[in-house]
Amino acid sequence: MNRVATTLMALLVLLVIATLSLFVGVIDLQPKNLFNPEELELLLVSRLPRTLAVLITGSALAVCGTIIQLLVRNRFVEPMTAGTGQGAMLGILIAILYFPSASLIVQICIAATMALISSIGLMLIVIKLPATKPLYIALVGLIYGGIIGAGVTFVAYQADLLQYIEIWTTGEFSGVLQGRYETLWIAAIVALLAYLIADQFAIVGMGRTTAISLGLNYNQVVVLGLITISIVTALTVVTVGMIPFVGLVIPNIVSRLYGDNARLTLPITAFFGASLVLICDIIGRVVRYPFEIPVGTIMGIIDALIFLWILYGRERHAR
Amino acid sequence: MISVRNLTHQLGQQTILDDLSLTIPKGKVTALVGANGAGKSTLLSLITRLMKLQDGQILIDNMNVGETPNDALARKLSILPQSIQLEPRLTVRELVSFGRYPHAKGRMQKQDWNKVDEALTVLDLNELADRQLDTLSGGQRQRAYVAMTYAQDTEYMLLDEPLNNMDIAASRSLMRVLRELCEHHGRTIVIVLHDINYASGYADNVVALADGKIDQEGTPLDVVDSAFLHRIYGTDAKVHILDDRPFVQV
Ligand SMILES: Nc1ncnc2c1ncn2[C@@H]1O[C@H](COP(=O)(O)OP(=O)(O)OP(=O)(O)O)[C@@H](O)[C@H]1O
Ligand SMILES: [Mg+2]
Repeated sequence: MNRVATTLMALLVLLVIATLSLFVGVIDLQPKNLFNPEELELLLVSRLPRTLAVLITGSALAVCGTIIQLLVRNRFVEPMTAGTGQGAMLGILIAILYFPSASLIVQICIAATMALISSIGLMLIVIKLPATKPLYIALVGLIYGGIIGAGVTFVAYQADLLQYIEIWTTGEFSGVLQGRYETLWIAAIVALLAYLIADQFAIVGMGRTTAISLGLNYNQVVVLGLITISIVTALTVVTVGMIPFVGLVIPNIVSRLYGDNARLTLPITAFFGASLVLICDIIGRVVRYPFEIPVGTIMGIIDALIFLWILYGRERHAR
Repeated sequence: MISVRNLTHQLGQQTILDDLSLTIPKGKVTALVGANGAGKSTLLSLITRLMKLQDGQILIDNMNVGETPNDALARKLSILPQSIQLEPRLTVRELVSFGRYPHAKGRMQKQDWNKVDEALTVLDLNELADRQLDTLSGGQRQRAYVAMTYAQDTEYMLLDEPLNNMDIAASRSLMRVLRELCEHHGRTIVIVLHDINYASGYADNVVALADGKIDQEGTPLDVVDSAFLHRIYGTDAKVHILDDRPFVQV
């Protein structure tokens, strides 16, 4: 299947899953009962916001995964585990400790700033590593994220805030209600804006030399990419908690099947990302019905399987 | 015209280029030769702003490298670097189309795609156009990168060892394309070559670099002889003259 057909198919599948998501939950909701004001309210206050939150998170994180992988030129790095997510958590801790009365937006700004600082830190380390040694970069990313994560845990322990860490590290969508997720739309807008310079990210992915000889302002593109990743990651962590794996698995699948021409592949990436998180969220809602399993847990299992397929599957060659 | 004035470049304690001055004429093919480590790639990287200028001045026509905006330079000169770092997952056609970026800025028009097709045809890549880069042989991949440089369609083209990995047919056809670009399209070509015979056979001028300095420059006939080979490469080889061009017996 070519990329245009895939993009349309992926969108169609996503719409079907999204519709399904509206009618799966603890309270039984049937399409035929929607004219009933109570059921309509349930849909508008809970199911729709939850579904939208999942769609935005899944698609934006998958897009950010692609961007960071192009920037560091390594397919095994993702924002949530390579320092950006931990930086965002550190930011929230700082906001809670030092600016407890600040508004949500200010807290998000602090989280995004810390996420940006730690992403820049990662970038500065990675630039010094040879791009020909992909495992180095992947491991350094994990260790770097781990160190900042340890710092977060330490500060939280000292301040007796460990229960917050628990909430942020296991992202899940059961708490999403109308009025409590709308900041995520900023993430959606930021990811869309990033799509406008998809070509530049693709060129940066070919290396500094190529980028400069094609007239790109290399540093500017890198900084714009890091800002995008930081804002999206911070908003996700603040609103629903850490959602790992999407940013790793989806860009890998899409790159393998459809290549690295970001302008053409980012829409597929976004739709796949949204579908993956939504499917995991729906499974989490029904497996132990009426209890919920966090989306991150389900995703851990599914993504391990997908990753095995990526590692051992046959590479697709010419179209 | 590219004019390089009093270029000095140091890396660590080592002086790579030493007060080097050089004029590269417009509309000609200039071959840059010299032993491994002589500083050829460094000189090319400085001219094409891939490295930061430390001391000296480089003018391309009247554009001062280092003061001219990056994207303006990208429409003036293109570079094929010596080593391509990592392979992106792109088809040959996609790669070549990125060569249009300085002109199209992501909005490819009809004439941009025409240029891409022309580049694919000239470098004999039509059959490989929809193949992924990582499924190509080294020489085919090198040709794809040359095609990308061609599609950039600049007055000045600087190529660092483009014949790397290419077989004799591909090498000769690339050199002919470069000559054609120069003779019929007024392009200026600067090319780093290790095989002196290609320099002799296709270049208007040869510039020899040794220890970060210009050792000698002139037409192939002026420059290439046994003494030259001995001095630059420390090797003794016979040089025969054929049709006014010197050829090294290897
Ligand atoms: N990053 C670096 N740090 C220190 N020295 C360097 C660095 N890069 C290159 N050099 C040195 O600079 C000198 C010139 O290198 P350059 O790559 O310009 O040579 P070259 O003429 O292109 O050689 P080749 O024919 O092998 O490509 C060499 O002696 C090399 O060892
Ligand atoms: Mg070199």
